[in-house]
Amino acid sequence: MDFFDRFAVPHPSFLIYASMVGIGLTMLAIVVGITYFKKWGYLWREWITTVDHKRIGIMYLLSALLMLFRGGVDAVMMRYQLSMPENTFLDSQHYNEVFSTHGVVMILFMAMPFIIFFFNYLVPLQIGARDVAFPRLNALSFWLFFMGMGLFNISFIVGGSPDAGWTSYFPLAGNEFSTSVGTNYYMIAIQIAGIGTLMTGINFITTILKMRAPGMKLMKMPMFTWSAFIANVIIVFAFPVLTVLLAMGTMDRLFGTNFFTTDNGGMDMLWANLFWVWGHPEVYILILPAFGLYSEIISTFARRNLYGYKSMVASMVVISLLSFFVWAHHFFTMGQGPLANSIFSITTMAIAVPTGVKIFNWLFTLWKGKIEFTTPMLYSMLFIPLFTLGGVTGVMLAMSAADYQYHNTMFLVAHFHNVIIPGVVYAMLAGLTFYWPKIFGFMLNEKLGKWTAWLLSVGFVLAFIPMYITGLDGQARRMYTYSESTGFSAMNMVSFIGAAIMAIAFVLLVYNIYYSIRYSPRNIGSDPWDARSLEWATHTPVPEYNFAITPQVESTQPFWDSKKNGHQLFKGDIEKIHMPNNSGLPFIMSCIFFVFGFAMIFSIWPLAIITLIGILGCLAYRSFEKDHGRYISVEEIKETETRLRGAKK
Amino acid sequence: MKELFPIKQVMGFAFSLILTVIALLVYFTDMSYTVGMTVLLITAFVQAGLQVVVFMHAGETKDKGSIYLNIYYALLIALITIFGTLLVLVWDM
Repeated sequence: MDFFDRFAVPHPSFLIYASMVGIGLTMLAIVVGITYFKKWGYLWREWITTVDHKRIGIMYLLSALLMLFRGGVDAVMMRYQLSMPENTFLDSQHYNEVFSTHGVVMILFMAMPFIIFFFNYLVPLQIGARDVAFPRLNALSFWLFFMGMGLFNISFIVGGSPDAGWTSYFPLAGNEFSTSVGTNYYMIAIQIAGIGTLMTGINFITTILKMRAPGMKLMKMPMFTWSAFIANVIIVFAFPVLTVLLAMGTMDRLFGTNFFTTDNGGMDMLWANLFWVWGHPEVYILILPAFGLYSEIISTFARRNLYGYKSMVASMVVISLLSFFVWAHHFFTMGQGPLANSIFSITTMAIAVPTGVKIFNWLFTLWKGKIEFTTPMLYSMLFIPLFTLGGVTGVMLAMSAADYQYHNTMFLVAHFHNVIIPGVVYAMLAGLTFYWPKIFGFMLNEKLGKWTAWLLSVGFVLAFIPMYITGLDGQARRMYTYSESTGFSAMNMVSFIGAAIMAIAFVLLVYNIYYSIRYSPRNIGSDPWDARSLEWATHTPVPEYNFAITPQVESTQPFWDSKKNGHQLFKGDIEKIHMPNNSGLPFIMSCIFFVFGFAMIFSIWPLAIITLIGILGCLAYRSFEKDHGRYISVEEIKETETRLRGAKK
Repeated sequence: MKELFPIKQVMGFAFSLILTVIALLVYFTDMSYTVGMTVLLITAFVQAGLQVVVFMHAGETKDKGSIYLNIYYALLIALITIFGTLLVLVWDM
């Protein structure tokens, strides 16, 4: 094969060529724009080299919103394709590529960065720390994730997209049935992003265990920090499985090993098995921080402290442990016997118990509260019934005998969207609206926000409830078209209308951001929601050192106590603050990783070897680098504090 | 001089080498599958424990409680994964 031939898209269409032109023009516009406004230096100094957890968080947020758009476009394309029988908008190959990309993008490049944005921005503020435990590692985490994301996203215009589903089961994902480089992209891009996520996990466990403000015992941490802690523990125990799995898959595809082949002692089912050993804990990595955000929001707007703090913590610990016991429920129909299936059925149903405890705790927090219906609260209130519906269908799916009916149908698709959208996506949007004033210094428009929440919910119900019905009637998932005689067409049209309404809700969210940037008042103070935990105790915008004086904590809601019960948060005098230096190394190393990944995907070995040496060189450089950080002087802190409306003393 | 000599580490290193030699015997001698696997499993776990305790200093600081808790938790997850996988793919297939 000619060298340049392999970069061609194996199955092009007008849409792909149009995207190529679009991407090319956008890149050009960005480069020209940055050059024209002379922002390269600013970008490099303030963002690319930053180790500040808040800025890294914002970069995660931007990536997540970008990927929400991309995954959303994929989703609308799929719904449009299925809205009519025998539709020819997408052919089977494109449909395969679109649903594979949709799944990977939404889980790994939208939901994961969104929750890591909240980890980054909130955890250090909630525990009264100045930054995370390893700020430079944090920057490396972000840039590795970003490069993995970039690599995955160029796949459809360079060499072809992965087309074996987001689960990428072997033998379909093997060289025999997936001949394009698409699945190589899957293996390598997720690997690079996954290394970043694993580092995030280690970083935040250390941060939460070692850097809490004086007096903040484990059982006095805010609920979001608890959920972040548990989620990061799951990350550290689950992601190594993914790392090993992807490495084995890569070796199968590139080096001719036989881990997942069907001959020479390979075992294709091992992929499905190990994928879900990681995959099931992964969904709890996503949902637990979402639960944490709901806990913060509900207790703030019910004007009550969270009901059942200890049982909330206990249920999360139990969920995190049980999440490792249930993975086989993703493939009840793979051929194992009733004994194995029954065991995994029971462990799966058991998870409904601690989850139910959490739902009841939120309801009891609302009980006799002075409920205030702000946008974040509206999302939380929509979440409880919709998520419960998803939970109930989850218990239906957990019955292994009945699962033979539901397996691989739209019923399953409806179920997991029903838990992930009201569970995770609503939490992300609620959290974004809730913390927006803390991050950017102005509120998002409430009216537009409520419209978004309602439109999203109406769209959601229309899009996914019909899938339960067609799924029970036998509509298989991942089928690119169907004949009219199946009778699925009306329901699928409703589904498409729902998806279109959800797309409008997304547009409204973007418009809300634009509208609020232009018109929202800026004089909102540092605590616009009358909230309860430490992140609201510092100024808005948050100074780079977070707190001029380390706060003292005596309860689970120290800021509330300082407002209402005379608790003194900031004792002592301002002292000089030790902060980490910025560094370009994480970005440079991640760029080399990007090239390395690209070389691996296309089997360009000399380049792969050179870049691998480059990566090791970066590691060695870091090992011998002397970097003792810097101090912010007392005068500078005082000046900043005065500028941000007077020192809090 | 006696306090300076890392007797524990030297002994550990020697023991670690002995374990490696025993494991290698499985390859070089003609054992049955069961005996071979038993030898490998035992030497592997003893070796791992030795590394963690002697060379990674697991029990030498005051947070040894959390270190061991962490290791036991990891061990639990690993065993669940392995036996669950065996159950699904071999024993009940």
